[in-house]
Formats: sequence, C-alpha cells, structure tokens
Amino acid sequence: MIRSASDDQRIVITGIGLTAPNGDNLADYRAALLAGKSGVEPYNIRYVGDTLAGVCHFNELKHQGRKDVRRGTRAGSISIYCAREAVADSGIDWEAIDRERVGVYIGLTEHGNVETENEVYEISQFNYDTKVWTHHHNPRTVANNPAGEITLNMGITGPHYTIGAACAAGNAGLIQGAQMLMLEECDFAIAGGVSESIRTFGIFAGFASQGALASNADPTKASRPFDRARNGIVVSEGGCIYTLERYSDATKRGAKIYGELVGWSMTSDATDFVLPNPTQQARCMNQALKRAGLNAEDVDIVSTHATATPSGDIQECIALRTVFGNSKRTHINNTKSFIGHAMGAAGSLELAGNLPSFQDNVCHATINVDDLDPECDLPGLVLNEPRETQGIEYILNNSFGMLGINSAVIIKRV
Amino acid sequence: MTRDEIKLEVLDILSDIAPDEDLSQLKDEQSFREQMELDSMDFLDIVMELRKRHRIQIPEDDYVNLASMDSTVTYLEPLMKDIQRV
Repeated sequence: MIRSASDDQRIVITGIGLTAPNGDNLADYRAALLAGKSGVEPYNIRYVGDTLAGVCHFNELKHQGRKDVRRGTRAGSISIYCAREAVADSGIDWEAIDRERVGVYIGLTEHGNVETENEVYEISQFNYDTKVWTHHHNPRTVANNPAGEITLNMGITGPHYTIGAACAAGNAGLIQGAQMLMLEECDFAIAGGVSESIRTFGIFAGFASQGALASNADPTKASRPFDRARNGIVVSEGGCIYTLERYSDATKRGAKIYGELVGWSMTSDATDFVLPNPTQQARCMNQALKRAGLNAEDVDIVSTHATATPSGDIQECIALRTVFGNSKRTHINNTKSFIGHAMGAAGSLELAGNLPSFQDNVCHATINVDDLDPECDLPGLVLNEPRETQGIEYILNNSFGMLGINSAVIIKRV
Repeated sequence: MTRDEIKLEVLDILSDIAPDEDLSQLKDEQSFREQMELDSMDFLDIVMELRKRHRIQIPEDDYVNLASMDSTVTYLEPLMKDIQRV
C-alpha cells in the first residue's frame, strides 16, 4: 500500500513542463481550460488535405539551436521543451545535480511514422532513388529518440528510454518514473508523455478509414466527447513532462509539491485490437484505488480518457458507472474536449490540466456537450462550465489505448 | 558553374546544414571543422545535398576533399563545370 509507505518510497511531482494546443505552460493551459478555450484549429496535411488538429505553438528555439531542431524530430523538440520547462519549474539546482542519477522516461503512442513518411515523400521526388534517403533517418526513428534527445540537450547520463503504450503512454511514463525512483535506479525522474502524431498523414487517414476522424464546420466544436453529435477523434500534438522525486528528497530541499502519486494500475483487455473492454477498464481503476487504499467515493475528480468516438465513450462510461456510479463526491470531466487527442501526451497533459484544482478547488468542464448522449449520462459529469467544489483531495486520471492497454493513476493533494 | 558560383552553392548548403553559424567570416583555405561545429553527419549532409541538387555522386574515398572551401571547390569544379547555377 503506497499510502503507508516510508517517505523515501513516496513519489511526488515537483515540476511540470508542457505544451498543449491551448497553452505552453501550466498557468496558461489551466486558464484556457477554465475559460472553455479550445486549441483545435484547421489543419492541412499531405495526401489527406484539409482536416482539423490540435497544434502546439511553443518556441522550439527557446531551448535548442536551429541545427539541433533540423537534425532531430518534432517529438524530440517537444520533449526537450517540456523537460527543460519542468526542470526549471521544479527549482532544482540543475548545475549541481548528479546527472548520472537522473532518469528520463517518456511515453509514446508511436514514433518514426513522421520521419519515415517524410523520407518516402522525399525520395518520391527523385524517382524513388534510395541514394537520397537521409542518413538522419535511423537516429530520428529509433524508439528512444524523444527521450534520447532530452539527454543530449541536457547532458543527462542516467538511464533513458521511451515507453510505447498507445494512448495510455502519458500515464505509463509517469508510472515508470515513479517505479524507477522507488527502485533507486535514479534520484530524479523526468517522466511523462509526448506526441508528434499530427505530422504523419497516416494517423489521420487511418482514423478516417476507421470512421473515427472528427469533422465539424467549427474546429473548436469538433472534439465533443459524450455529446450525441460526436463523430470521432481530433488528432493533436503535445507534451507534458513531470519532474518526480522521492518525498524525502523533495521536502529536504523545500521543493513545492504538486501532488503525490498514491495509486496506479496498468492492465490489458486481451480481447480486441481496437474495441475497449469496460470490464478491464473498471478493473484497472479499482486496482489503482486499491493500491492507494481508497474507495471510489474518496476520489474528487475523474479525468476521463473519452476520445469522442461513438462506442469508446459509451464503453468508458460503463466502466465509470461500475466504479463510481454510487459516489456522490466524484466529479467527472474530459480535457480532450478542449485539446483533442494528444496521443502519447494525452494522459500526462490531461492530468496536468486537473492538478491546479488542488489549489483553486475548481473542476474544469467537459465542453461541447450540447446534447448529452443518455448512455454517457454519468452522475458527477461536469458539463460546459467549470464547477466550484468543497475541496479536491484526490484525482484519478484514466488513459486507455489500442491493443487493449489500460492505465489509471491517482494523485493526492499534499 | 564557375569557381565563384560553386563557392556560393557550397555556402548555401552550409547555411542550411548549420543555420546558427556565421559564414561571413569563413576562410577559404582553412578547414571547415576548425571554423564551424561540423561533425561527420554534417559532412554527409553536404554530400547528400550535392547529390539531391546536382546529381553529383561523391565516393566515400573522396570525402577528404571536402575539408575546406578551397579544396571543396577545387574538387567540385570539374564535376560542376557543365551545371548552371539556378
């Protein structure tokens, strides 16, 4: 049980760096969520043409030279930006830290599609002559690329790798970082999730072929989980990286603490490539509650995964009803309604959007619900307008993905 | 292309490969590496750009000729004499 753990086995969040389609730092992002401001915009991509996406507008050159941006990947640039911002936010003395003891754990939905598509297009301009295939392809497409670019940029010589976990990856990165701290594999973890997926036409074309790509005349209305008129996913890019420390280390240096990871769980459906399984999703949430030593009615906010696909939302709602159906205290929201589906970054970004509620006691809403689907009518659903609460002690963050991967993390106010 | 045009072309490629470098003070007779932060991947970029832009194939054994601006232009001159600079 985590809650009875000693202080060197308690893991806390001490820094947050993020880029979302509606904000490039936590304060702006939170303000956008409370103001109901969407980050979805018109977008055009090779072969697919005009569509919609959540696009990030952070300054890549804040922490990288132009040469490094050119040589690396978009996911690498997102990772570097978020990691640098998180470390700065943590207040750690970065010059004094032992960088051999820093670990980097970054969740990804996919990596390499963008770079491979770009090269295939490039050689198509040369009659498919592979002699013009770039020598940068392999370092750009190795699966550890985004985490590795962080270590190169920041001079970190501890462990680094990525965690491939479909759209559960943001939570998975966070969990991995916590576990590595508990195992003393590192003393300071840089962990979270990133996505460059809007740069690959394949993800748009794939969702379109699946009948799961959102469309709407008004881009800001396109991502609408739980609404009857929902028609699919808005693909987004983004990143959210946390600095994690042991509670004993964080308090020793007087760090500000955003919250403590008191529970988590990852499970598999083992039933379908694409379709979710509410029984296993519910089991995942229940296991996270059990690890944290909590009951459902102890949780103040559930941050849902719902992506605005017709069936996926209903399946998650079945799972939520199973676990939280009798809880009078639990508020339920959805951040994808603002930012779209940030894939590998989704879990960590959606959690970050909720963390300021520990201070302001407000649960941000699920926007764009004009006509609530009766099958998604959950008790505690916060619709369209943020809701004042009596205080937030625990947040449960869901993130699920293809191949039946489920994750839930629970954060406690400290 | 003349020697001067080839030099301009190489400078154009270098400005793409190393966009943060100030190329205005580059000395033609001195090696690129002594004056710029270039690694082996950057030199491969030069080779690749020449291949893409002008269909020039440079064998690996000849990479040594790309050390400085002077040596590069001298090496490229016979290969690019019939190419018009765009």
